[in-house]
Amino acid sequence: MTVLNLLILVCLLYVVLLFAVAFAADRAARLGRGSWLRSSVVYTLSLSIYCTAWTFYGAVGFAARSGLEFVTIYLGPTLVMVGWWWTLRRLVRVGRSQRITSIADLISSRYGKSNLLAVLVTVLAVVATTPYIALQLQSVTLSFAAFAATDPEATTLPDMQSTALWVAVGLALFTILFGTRNLDANERHHGVVMAIALEAVVKLFALLAVGVFVVWGLSGGIGPTLDRIETSPIARFDVSGSRWVGLTLLSAMAFLTLPRMFQVLVVENEADEHLRTAAWAFPTYLMLMSLFVVPIAVVGLDMMPNGANPDLFVLTLPLMEGRDGLAILSFLGGFSSATSMVIVAAIALSTMVSNHVVMPLWLHYSGMAAVVSGDVRTVALMARRLSIAGVLFLGYVYFRLSGGGTALAAIGLIAFVGVAQFLPALMGGLFWRGATRTGALAGLVLGAAVWLYCLFLPSFGPSAILPQTVFDHGLWGQSWLRPRALFGAEGMDPVIHALMWSMLLNISAFILGSLLSFPRPLERLQGAQFVNSLDNPGTPGGWSGGMAQSEDLLIMAQRIMGAREAQTLFSAAAQRQGVAGYLPEPSPDFLQELERALAGSVGAATAHAMVGQIVGGAAVSVEDLMAVADETAQIMEYSSQLEAKSQELARTARQLRQANETLTQISVQKDGFLSQISHELRTPMTSIRAFSEILRDTQDLTPEEQNKYAAIIHDETVRLTRLLDDLLDLSVLENGQVELNIQTGTLKALLDRSVRAAGGDGNGFRIRRTRASEQVELTTDLDRLAQVFINLISNARKYCDAKPAVLTIRATISDGQLVVDFVDNGSGIPTDKHAVIFEKFSRIGQTKASGAGLGLAICREIMERLGGDISYLPGQEGAAFRVTLPLAPGRMAAA
Amino acid sequence: MGKKVLLIEDEPNIIEAISFILSRDGWEVKTHANGHDAMEAVRRRAPDLIILDVMLPGKSGYDILGEIREDADFAETPVLMLTARGQTRDREMAERAGANRYMTKPFSNADVLAAVRALVEA
Repeated sequence: MTVLNLLILVCLLYVVLLFAVAFAADRAARLGRGSWLRSSVVYTLSLSIYCTAWTFYGAVGFAARSGLEFVTIYLGPTLVMVGWWWTLRRLVRVGRSQRITSIADLISSRYGKSNLLAVLVTVLAVVATTPYIALQLQSVTLSFAAFAATDPEATTLPDMQSTALWVAVGLALFTILFGTRNLDANERHHGVVMAIALEAVVKLFALLAVGVFVVWGLSGGIGPTLDRIETSPIARFDVSGSRWVGLTLLSAMAFLTLPRMFQVLVVENEADEHLRTAAWAFPTYLMLMSLFVVPIAVVGLDMMPNGANPDLFVLTLPLMEGRDGLAILSFLGGFSSATSMVIVAAIALSTMVSNHVVMPLWLHYSGMAAVVSGDVRTVALMARRLSIAGVLFLGYVYFRLSGGGTALAAIGLIAFVGVAQFLPALMGGLFWRGATRTGALAGLVLGAAVWLYCLFLPSFGPSAILPQTVFDHGLWGQSWLRPRALFGAEGMDPVIHALMWSMLLNISAFILGSLLSFPRPLERLQGAQFVNSLDNPGTPGGWSGGMAQSEDLLIMAQRIMGAREAQTLFSAAAQRQGVAGYLPEPSPDFLQELERALAGSVGAATAHAMVGQIVGGAAVSVEDLMAVADETAQIMEYSSQLEAKSQELARTARQLRQANETLTQISVQKDGFLSQISHELRTPMTSIRAFSEILRDTQDLTPEEQNKYAAIIHDETVRLTRLLDDLLDLSVLENGQVELNIQTGTLKALLDRSVRAAGGDGNGFRIRRTRASEQVELTTDLDRLAQVFINLISNARKYCDAKPAVLTIRATISDGQLVVDFVDNGSGIPTDKHAVIFEKFSRIGQTKASGAGLGLAICREIMERLGGDISYLPGQEGAAFRVTLPLAPGRMAAA
Repeated sequence: MGKKVLLIEDEPNIIEAISFILSRDGWEVKTHANGHDAMEAVRRRAPDLIILDVMLPGKSGYDILGEIREDADFAETPVLMLTARGQTRDREMAERAGANRYMTKPFSNADVLAAVRALVEA
């Protein structure tokens, strides 16, 4: 059996072992016997997917090329783990309490469940991870080729690309099989995690074994090895401070934001205690992984022929020495590193792609019917499986297109910078309540754009995607837009250059965007929950239903949603759980469902607080109560606005009703007036016609009769003319076209004139005046004022039914106003008519009068024009009118 | 002595005109100028014909006509109604109230005379 065949056999057996371990772990977890699965050791080992093939093989190559710089790749995560209390604990808490399924989910949830953000994160993650997956495929193929090259019996070299294809297909199968067993992201992938943990042990063991072999087997012990290091070029590499710090920071950021790291760190995390253990255990693991990197690199450089790929020293050193067993172990280590990374990355990416891209699209196009029919589960699983296959296919395509060239070697750091763009939105979301969706979007877009332009696209080499002119002279010939020297920052390391600018712009845009925009209510609520995540105990699934009383929940739900809806919800849940009766078990799923249903009625925060109070598993925090208060305040504001609106409506309705009544009244009055005007016109015309016919037709009229009848005709003509004058006068007054003729005179003279014009004193009609009080000098339109007085005096003469009729005219001055009262001793005007007497066309009853009911209306118009008023004065002896007119100060004559 | 006409009308000039026309034709004209006690004037005068204005102070011509028609002694007495409100509605009201003839002011003297003659002779 050749080494190559042996390798293939071992490899297959190893894969079978992985399948078996994953299967057993899944089975144990399903049967509830897997407490050992949830140990902190497994958690720590699962974190080792950070060490991909890039670190397994590449760290040695890195050291051989750049000296101790490779340590930064381990230093970053170590710092994060040591400082777990500060950041990771918060992250893990939020992940558990919000049932986070991926980093895209977390960022989108934090910023008000924005799917746009989720899609953005997903796309960036896929773009950054695809080359990384290609890198793993390349490492497996390269190591396989290394074996084949040393096998003299191998007749033909294996086709590298078909190797990569088979590896990709195998990984896709494994991931689909163990990564999509359960749809619910909350149920963790025990099988996968277990297999990864096993692989972590294998790769550590393999690297240590090679290291021991190199130091003690090849180099002759620790002392000689140290001597070799002293003399090797590695010790003489200059350490660039900025690159050192930059790379350490970069690896720390990537450790938190790489989708696969987020998967194992947050999504697969079971408890805070695991973090506590991992805080020291994982750095230890990293230290062990890096322990022999420098010795292997130094010895490799010494012993391997010039031009040998330092990335493969771990494999080629044992092979060269004929240690086939060790070489196979080393191969398995590299294989483990590659496969574990690919598997977890595929799970993480497929979750994001299916949850944030495929499912929303599917739901959009299939509508609600599908959701109700229960197809969702099938579709979601299928989406996830297809996404896994898609992600691996993308990785394979990238590998083929890149030709497995050297461009891949740098892809690790490039991907790091890409995913680091998530960090501002992620950390800002956890620590800063003021962070908003707009800020997160702005930061991400800007950061991702800079990364694409300055690092990712140039990584394909000049003229591959970006033309050479862009490298030399910048985009559109703008020299400050050169991808390697943005804003004129020349001579920097490309990775550090891109990291600096992308993060600087990302963070600035994030902070500015957040400060300049206002969060939506859901964002504010989510922000509060994320930032205050440590105040809530991190029970998996949000609520622990242990102490919950389903009946209490039902009573509460009935109160809020109404009896029928609540009962339907509960019995449906009970049926789903397979519980007899209508009360379901208060499982976390059910509680969440209930909370969502209640939130529809009372708001999310209130629903959360109410369920929390009954379940008792989680305390209602101050923030919850504040949120409730916010909601209540908002509702109260709404209801007070509503109340104001309805009052306004009622007021408007009342006004409308009044206006309508007035209109009806006016219309009735108008009809009445038409009758009246007809009567008033026809009456004098009747006399005129009758007497003119008499004059015409009667031959033997005496001269006295002729004179009398002619006089009647004349008088009636005058009466008609006066009526028409009144109508025109009123029309002019109402249209405001009247011109006032301002003159000065005393009230006494004006009253004298008016009394005379109204037919004078006497003939059973007496006028009483107090002339002493009438020495008031007036400056106004005296003719118009006289018109008012004449009208009032004439009315008294016409309507006062007392015998003898007496009209009292009293003038007083109060508050700079002249007040003239006209009070007669008749029976007055009925109370119910007081309101309408000043309306034009209004007449009181069938009272016979020479006017057409226009007199008082004209008076009112005149007084309004003069700046005064006329009103009916109730409670007097008879009919009483009050005329008021403002007096300019000092206009009073001596009284 | 001719037949007796009672003229119930409040406008002095119109009273004078109608009285003049009818007297010259040989009618005995009695007048009454308000609505309140118009029915009493009718009973007192017991006229052969009544000329009744619609718009009267105190009581409308329609109401007075109603009272006339309710009184057995005058249920058949011809009534000529005069109104200054020339609307169709007023004519209908007058006919419903039992007026024998309805005339709109202003009228021609000859028409009034002809109507009076026709109503009494009929």
